[in-house]
Amino acid sequence: MDRGIWLAGGRENERRVVLKIIKHYQEEGQGTEVVQGVLLGLVVEDRLEITNCFPFPQHTEDDADFDEVQYQMEMMRSLRHVNIDHLHVGWYQSTYYGSFVTRALLDSQFSYQHAIEESVVLIYDPIKTAQGSLSLKAYRLTPKLMEVCKEKDFSPEALKKGNITFEHMFEEVPIVIKNSHLINVLMWELEKKSAVADKHELLSLASSNHLGKNLQLLMDRVDEMSQDIVKYNTYMRNTSKQQQQKHQYQQRRQQENMQRQSRGEPPLPEEDLSKLFKPPQPPARMDSLLIAGQINTYCQNIKEFTAQNLGKLFMAQALQEYNN
Amino acid sequence: MATPTVPASAPPAAPAPATAAAPASASAPAPASPTAPAPAQTPAQSLPGPALPGPFPGGRVVRLHPVILASIVDSYERRNEGAARVIGTLLGTVDKHSVEVTNCFSVPHNESEDEVAVDMEFAKNMYELHKKVSPNELILGWYATGHDITEHSVLIHEYYSREAPNPIHLTVDTSLQNGRMSIKAYVSTLMGVPGRTMGVMFTPLTVKYAYYDTERIGVDLIMKTCFSPNRVIGLSSDLQQVGGASARIQDALSTVLQYAEDVLSGKVSADNTVGRFLMSLVNQVPKIVPDDFETMLNSNINDLLMVTYLANLTQSQIALNEKLVNL
Repeated sequence: MDRGIWLAGGRENERRVVLKIIKHYQEEGQGTEVVQGVLLGLVVEDRLEITNCFPFPQHTEDDADFDEVQYQMEMMRSLRHVNIDHLHVGWYQSTYYGSFVTRALLDSQFSYQHAIEESVVLIYDPIKTAQGSLSLKAYRLTPKLMEVCKEKDFSPEALKKGNITFEHMFEEVPIVIKNSHLINVLMWELEKKSAVADKHELLSLASSNHLGKNLQLLMDRVDEMSQDIVKYNTYMRNTSKQQQQKHQYQQRRQQENMQRQSRGEPPLPEEDLSKLFKPPQPPARMDSLLIAGQINTYCQNIKEFTAQNLGKLFMAQALQEYNN
Repeated sequence: MATPTVPASAPPAAPAPATAAAPASASAPAPASPTAPAPAQTPAQSLPGPALPGPFPGGRVVRLHPVILASIVDSYERRNEGAARVIGTLLGTVDKHSVEVTNCFSVPHNESEDEVAVDMEFAKNMYELHKKVSPNELILGWYATGHDITEHSVLIHEYYSREAPNPIHLTVDTSLQNGRMSIKAYVSTLMGVPGRTMGVMFTPLTVKYAYYDTERIGVDLIMKTCFSPNRVIGLSSDLQQVGGASARIQDALSTVLQYAEDVLSGKVSADNTVGRFLMSLVNQVPKIVPDDFETMLNSNINDLLMVTYLANLTQSQIALNEKLVNL
């Protein structure tokens, strides 16, 4: 399959999966823990169809001998009996206010993508969904990042070579929801039967709490980032100081040698400079890349949020003007 | 619907004379009538309460989550060649007066004219696996697609009564009889002359739909596919959603306006309750002194603009940092 075509295509996602994910979160992860599960489906031409999913149980203290792999195999085998697509195509995870760019996620996604080329991770944000609009996003690692992960080499030189910036770590894949006709019939039934009042959460003006939380998280990340930058600066300074010291040492050596030669004594042996001056450890760049990616996500969330709120405020203003 | 059988054997009519005491059962041979359960219902209610086994009265409410229905329809669409219907297990929790069904999985089974085989091993395994994820869920009963209750249903129901006390049977009519997909729930009750062989009858239960908040929003989004030509929708972005929500409110408002005009022109008679609702609606827009409102609005807008500016600033900062580091 030509990669170019696939990346341009979208992803389909049947409604059953959407509801299952929502339900799983609601029941399980009421706290700040993350809820995870596996996505099953098929690859069709240039699209990835996701048709089912099942959740992963939480890791608890008393379940020390719980075998995840076995659970997965059992589930897939059973699902095959009932003609459900049992091909692994990715995994999903819930997130707290959008903070999902972590090392763990990167590692998991890398191992998935290494095994199955088209796999994606679906991120579901329950808090944003409760505010009125389903927040479900799909991400993959970019090919560049895949190569770097394959090498397992996260030193600054390798990253510079790969020319990776924080914007190029994850790419978002557009999601499309598709229903069959029978499910459409079901929806009409539900609409008739369930007389639940429409919730207008989306238009509520009282959402400063959400914004405050987001900003708090952003500030924490920026703090981490600044610490990281300080570390990097110290490293740079140390390296340059060391260079200078090396230089000085060499010069002194040469001077001494010249003096000795002028006096007719054998020159001192050249000492191995690298043993004398151990180069300082360069700081790991991967973490700062992740932090930068996370900050980027937070900023985008905040911007979306403020755009919505501005719209709502202007509508409220129009309503007031009309009243007066 | 009345299906009189003594447990274990499928042939329909034989025990009917023994339970002739229940009038409707003798007149309705087992596989026949898709017609209303109404005639069969009246004898059920004439049975005295204490004769019914189990602690629950017949008026129990079943609360369904939409995820169940979607799963059922989905497994129906994936059924094996030649299978007319699909069955599966229902999982959930029991309350004092209601039963909440939150999960389900389908179970392979074979059905032919005279016998039915259900893979109970499979059902047990799946239940164990599901329990690992949500330990609160119990087996509540089972579901079947199709609009009828056949004798096989009674047998299967019996299998399930070994797993759960007083199991519930849910039918989803995927064959779209009467042009609708009817969803019904039943519980089995014994009937007949006490002391003789008892027959089994399915009494209907009230079905309600329960949603978590987030589920409600998910369902709303998915309902939109009903309106699009090729049943496909994408997830829209922020401001579009606000636009969509306000469009919906506008529609609702125009309906209300239409109603008001009709009342004024005398086409529709005025209704006091509706009038009161309209009054409270209009009064809900708060009356604020314009200056105060201006200040409030401006301060809010300023806050939002400042936050946007800061977010943009942060983004440019990290971009700059990247460039510097990679020098």
